[in-house]
Amino acid sequence: MAFLKNYIKNVFGAVRSSLKGMKLTGYYALHHKREKITQQYPDNRDELILPERFRGEVVMIHDENNEHACTGCTACELACPNATIKIITKFDVTPEGKKKKALDTFVYHLELCTLCNLCIVACPTDAIKMAQTFEHSVYDRSKLTKVLNNPGSKIREGVE
Amino acid sequence: MSLENISHSIDNWLYNTFDPTIALLIEFLIIAVCVIGLFAALGLVLILMERKVSAWMQVRLGPNRVGPGGMFQTVADTVKLIVKEGMTPNNVDRFLFNLAPFIVMIVSMVVLAPLMFAKNFQIWDINIGILFIIAISSVSVIGILMAGWASNNKYSLLGAMRSGAQIVSYELSAGLSVLCIVVLSGSLKISDIINSQANGWWIFKGHIPVIIAFVIFIIAVTAETNRAPFDLAEAESELTAGFHTEYSGMKFALFFLAEYVNVFIVCAIGATLFLGGWMPLHFGTANKFNEVMDYIPSSLWFFGKTFFLIFVIMWFRWTFPRLRIDQLLNLEWKYLLPISMFNLLLVTVIAILKWHF
Repeated sequence: MAFLKNYIKNVFGAVRSSLKGMKLTGYYALHHKREKITQQYPDNRDELILPERFRGEVVMIHDENNEHACTGCTACELACPNATIKIITKFDVTPEGKKKKALDTFVYHLELCTLCNLCIVACPTDAIKMAQTFEHSVYDRSKLTKVLNNPGSKIREGVE
Repeated sequence: MSLENISHSIDNWLYNTFDPTIALLIEFLIIAVCVIGLFAALGLVLILMERKVSAWMQVRLGPNRVGPGGMFQTVADTVKLIVKEGMTPNNVDRFLFNLAPFIVMIVSMVVLAPLMFAKNFQIWDINIGILFIIAISSVSVIGILMAGWASNNKYSLLGAMRSGAQIVSYELSAGLSVLCIVVLSGSLKISDIINSQANGWWIFKGHIPVIIAFVIFIIAVTAETNRAPFDLAEAESELTAGFHTEYSGMKFALFFLAEYVNVFIVCAIGATLFLGGWMPLHFGTANKFNEVMDYIPSSLWFFGKTFFLIFVIMWFRWTFPRLRIDQLLNLEWKYLLPISMFNLLLVTVIAILKWHF
């Protein structure tokens, strides 16, 4: 008797879970206009909506005074698994006459980058972030090697 | 101007103009052209429908570049397949390899014969129609086995063997659920079965046992046509394409077309047996409603029901994951077969005691 009970339970469970799955796909089939997430990419280049966490390339954040938050600590360089980032540092002289390590050039090799996000996680001062741009194709590979800090930019006051 | 009148006037004209033998031959020719035309149209429509349905269920857009809303996508695909080289690889059994797609195709053409597409519009009203359909449709497994064996490829052979095991086992429960309707209507002839549903379709008249038979029929024919979730025979991710791995060009297209035409045929059989074929939807005493329903042409009723069932089978495909071979055989031999045997018994009792409406 227990066998029969189990058997009938199995059949009804199977029917119920199948119907549950079909309900979901049926809902999608009926509401595909509302639920669809496909972007018609080349057609809607101007109003393209990308997900918030889309990772296109690494950029450095500059404010309106052309100041960034990079201290040149090379945490991102050490975090990078395939040597995409090369940081060249210099020594600034503070008003008290002390020497202080600062960023000179932030070299970023987009052609090596896997967009793994580890450098952004490693950055202690949130100086770099992932941008949403993704149309990176160029005719010359050297154009993919970029300098991220703007010319003439300096570190923001108070960022250690 | 119904399809019935057109076919009758052509028939009369032919027999009045020519002598009977030539008239018969000309009719054969017309039927052959019509069947091939129907095949081509079905292939184009069903493949596009499948791609659109799958896209909607997966919240995608589907084909949308060729023609308005992607309408001519399948036409473009067909043109591509026709102009493609029909290659025969080395070391295959050339004769069987080239024969197999045609066998699969011819089987689905022959099964089309007893189907009734509209009121009194049928190629051949044979008195053992259902038996004929069941008998002939199981021949297609020979074509599949032939393709798998002749390809000289282990993936193809595996796929073909799986397909053989699957079709042989699922034919049983499909046959048993078809028998339920045969028991109720008391005839194997398609026109008799449809006429027995004039006052209501069997799925409404036959209480719960017929509904169970209908569900089992749909599951079994999904397996018989080798469609997901029972598509072990051509499991793309494991066997690359199963029995038609080695085929290309038009020979591949014939397999592809035969799959979709088979889906159409089994859905047409399901619509004929359980949903009344071309019979309009009638409720016992609601005369006004019945009259309105009678205005819809019978061919529309038939194709509407068939395409609804095709949609259900596509719905299965894009909802359920593929079964393993042991799960597949468990489902058939431990669940569907005992249930459908018990169900047949119930239906027989209902038919003898005249409990159905």
